[in-house]
Amino acid sequence: MTSYRLPKGGLIDRQAPLSFTFDGTPLQGLAGDSLASALLANGQLLVGRSFKYHRPRGILTAGAAEPNALVTIGRGGRTEPNTRATMQELYEGLEAQSQNRWPSLNFDVGALNGLLSPFLGAGFYYKTFMWPAPLWEKLYEPFIRRAAGLGKASYEADPDAYEKSWAHCDLLVIGAGPTGLAAALTAGRAGARVILVDEGSLPGGSLLFDTATIDGKAAADFARDASGELQSMPNLRVMMRTTAFGWYDGNVFGAVERVQKHVRDPVNHVPVERLWRIVARQALLATGAEERPLVFGGNDRPGVMMASAMRAYLNRYGVAPGKATAIFTMNDSGYALARDLEAAGVDVVAIVDSRPSAGVEYHGKARLVREAVVCGTKGRKTISAIEVYRDGRKETIAIDALAMAGGGSPIIHLACHRGGKPVWSPEKAAFLAPEGLKDLAVAGAVAATTGLAACLGEGAAKAQAIVKDLGLSCPPVAIPNVDGDEGADPGRPLWSIPGVKGKAFVDFQNDVNLKDIGLAVREGYSHVELAKRYTTSGMATDQGKLSNVNAIGLIAKARGVSPAEVGTTTFRPFYTPVSFGALTGAHTGHHFQPVRKSPLHDWAKKHGAVFVETGLWYRSSWFPRTGERTWRESVEREVLNVRKNAGLCDVSMLGKIEISGRDAAEFLNRVYCNAFLKLPVGRARYGLMLREDGMIYDDGTTSRLEENRFFMTTTTAYAAGVMNHLEFCAQALWPDLEVRLASITDQWAQMAIAGPKARTILQKVVDEDISDAAFPFLAAKEVSLFGGALHGCLFRISFSGELAYELAVPAGYGESVADALMEAGKDHGIMPYGVETLSVLRIEKGHVTHNEINGTVVPADLGFGKMVSATKPDFIGKAMLQREGLAAPDRPQLVGVVPFNPEQSFRTGSHILAKGAAATLENDQGYVTSSAYSPHIGSTIALALVKNGPDRHGEEVVVWNGLYGESTPARLCNPVFFDPQNERLHV
Amino acid sequence: MASLVPCPNCGRRPKEEFTIKGAALSRPAAGADAADWFDYVYLRDNPRGAYEEYWHHTSGCRRWLVVSRDTQTHEVAACRDAADGSRLEERA
Repeated sequence: MTSYRLPKGGLIDRQAPLSFTFDGTPLQGLAGDSLASALLANGQLLVGRSFKYHRPRGILTAGAAEPNALVTIGRGGRTEPNTRATMQELYEGLEAQSQNRWPSLNFDVGALNGLLSPFLGAGFYYKTFMWPAPLWEKLYEPFIRRAAGLGKASYEADPDAYEKSWAHCDLLVIGAGPTGLAAALTAGRAGARVILVDEGSLPGGSLLFDTATIDGKAAADFARDASGELQSMPNLRVMMRTTAFGWYDGNVFGAVERVQKHVRDPVNHVPVERLWRIVARQALLATGAEERPLVFGGNDRPGVMMASAMRAYLNRYGVAPGKATAIFTMNDSGYALARDLEAAGVDVVAIVDSRPSAGVEYHGKARLVREAVVCGTKGRKTISAIEVYRDGRKETIAIDALAMAGGGSPIIHLACHRGGKPVWSPEKAAFLAPEGLKDLAVAGAVAATTGLAACLGEGAAKAQAIVKDLGLSCPPVAIPNVDGDEGADPGRPLWSIPGVKGKAFVDFQNDVNLKDIGLAVREGYSHVELAKRYTTSGMATDQGKLSNVNAIGLIAKARGVSPAEVGTTTFRPFYTPVSFGALTGAHTGHHFQPVRKSPLHDWAKKHGAVFVETGLWYRSSWFPRTGERTWRESVEREVLNVRKNAGLCDVSMLGKIEISGRDAAEFLNRVYCNAFLKLPVGRARYGLMLREDGMIYDDGTTSRLEENRFFMTTTTAYAAGVMNHLEFCAQALWPDLEVRLASITDQWAQMAIAGPKARTILQKVVDEDISDAAFPFLAAKEVSLFGGALHGCLFRISFSGELAYELAVPAGYGESVADALMEAGKDHGIMPYGVETLSVLRIEKGHVTHNEINGTVVPADLGFGKMVSATKPDFIGKAMLQREGLAAPDRPQLVGVVPFNPEQSFRTGSHILAKGAAATLENDQGYVTSSAYSPHIGSTIALALVKNGPDRHGEEVVVWNGLYGESTPARLCNPVFFDPQNERLHV
Repeated sequence: MASLVPCPNCGRRPKEEFTIKGAALSRPAAGADAADWFDYVYLRDNPRGAYEEYWHHTSGCRRWLVVSRDTQTHEVAACRDAADGSRLEERA
């Protein structure tokens, strides 16, 4: 309990206290606090347990790179694990829970792992848990997953809304620190359309904790005034709480805006997060630099913090890190912190500087230890002392907070998202963005520019150049006058520290320490990509924002080469984690998978239909009646009734495409394998469409309604695919054909009226004569209904094998027409029937669907060999259908199967074996594609694809299903089980 | 993630509106050799760099387009209607 709130200072509202809880303990913060600053103000240094060793961890940074202070926010469906306390704004009632500890944060059993640490080094899992393999799944993995982990996701649905948006601009400025503000002001004043994004809640970046003055104004005031001016410009859009997470081709940037992540009760008509795609003509990266930790023993103890973070907590949030602080630095930035701490009345006990001399003067009270390092720390759950190593001697100094300043690493991630590799600059001692990026410039600390004045100037200058490139005139830019600029010598990187005692962490989030890196190099995993995977350094939610450059420096040192030679691992989006909610946007539930209802849906519903989902469609499956206990009873009644009286079935979901134009017939002739050129007007024909490889793609009937107008039907599942395919053929393959295509699936309600009494019933509503002579099998024409009140299309086609018609009427009239037909058929025993009955009827007739047309069959396999035109010069699939393998005699071909014992059934997918043959792959004869119980046959009947099937009718086989342990004696037969002469069709 | 495709009919549109079929190859003549057909149906180059593909503006103008893009950088160099340009010249 050493950090505390200072009596004054900071950009917080001391009149606006906010209550929140941490692990159930009620605490208080102030408006303007982050969760991290509020925890520190309450003296809560210990906020989590580390991933592997369960070591106590505190708050290390004040920004997006935070590896330790990961907490779970909220409850129920709003639970958000792994939230960085440093990025979470405090709000009234916020509930935060620490992670990866049991039973409590203070007493964590998992900390025993620390005792096992000699065995838990890099590559431990690979070496130890190699075998026996089954133990991985049963023992090791569950154990590791329980012991090592981050927060737990909720199983409840997220109640909040998300959305996706696009934005367009001349210039996108990423980062609203000094550089970004100067750039946005310059471009905005010149009239460019500018978007300025920043992940923080307030514009200003480092200005929010800098003590310099700009044109006589405090830095934070300058930031406030600048953003005020920007927000007043109509051509400028400032987007705060918005993280640009990726740079993509076309100069499109992905960004996520946290619209309502800082409020207790999100308003439900506003999204909590918004995923942006920002199309920028030019972009300027002003993302600043990340301060690097220093790798000394116990550098992870709560109370150790980055120097810049300590300064942010002090100046922006009015929080002192402790009562007796020390600073370990390798550049001049540590002195600015010392000055600020002392100005705020916080004791600085010692400044440990690795250099012989500093670039700035220091006149404070702290003891200055030059040419020295901190090599270790002491303390239990928080730091109590440091060990300073100088000239081979160690000295212990009691402190309660330690700042470390390890130099800056430019935040170049976005600049590397499109394949460019970071370039090591020995002068700047940093990895810089690749040179010559198209339409993306970098300015300020991200370009390793140091000092406030230089950053302001560079931001303005780069913006000025971009504005000129965009063809706008740019007024002269006044460079502000900066007083108290720290300037800053970048210092020499301090990769390794002499005299290190205890674990010196390189990657805090993954518990990778100095020894792990050394081990990886010794064991041959010194390539940066291998070292990352072997040690896990740079993985997980922070992706090594703090650790990567140190790891590279250490590998370079171990190998005796420059960091340039080691290089970096690949930078990929996302810069920081993006929620699934934001990526999903509004596409959840029925917005992801809308319900598609037929125009006859309500008709089916009022007849008690049970619906089944087929793709997006809800199809009526069967229509149970009172007293029927199982679906089988309902289906058998419907099946028997269709063949005895008549039934009405909704077939509106079949794909329907109108094809018209001078060359429509020629077009159809090329897309179907059978002939269509000479199809007479007023006739329908069954057509088979092949893929270019010769396999059947889809089937359906196409009717010629006029000389140059056709009505095509497709299967339900392939409606969209066939439309795309036809458009491809018309536009890409044969653009010289004059043909037009229109999808009319949704424009028509279509119903099948099938059964011996179908004509009698239908004639009551159709005005024209539909006798067999006037309207024979395969007739198709537009008809008048109800004495001219309505027009529709009538087709005499049959899937059931009965006397049958399909009637298409404008969708809005579907229900009325179906009602009228039910009324007309009342005395003739008409009943609605669903897709289950449709399926039984078609299997009885040996009609195929996509169960049989499964992408492996050619027309001859299904008995359609003679349909394929031998005379057409070309059609899709013609050339490849000639391949000899597709005419091989042992191809699986369509055949019927019935069990010897009519009480037995078999399942689709079961395999066919010759009688007495063992169930081996070599003995496989084929498989069942469709199976149903036929009340007419009084037995299960099935269709199957069996090698050389048509020649094997009558053969005894076994239908074998290894999954269900079934082995059923059966007989192969003609696939047409009912009315093989098709006499019922032609009555 | 966010390629913009310059559709000749609709302007620059996000790639989510499109469906990609694959390499933009010329369909062999009906009587071409089996080898030509085999190439057309099965064999694809996998170049690093410039590549021409058929893209369908499924949720836009519903035209099939030929998109020339770089497989390495995803930059789109050109985009034309599949019925225009070289194919028309071939027939002429």
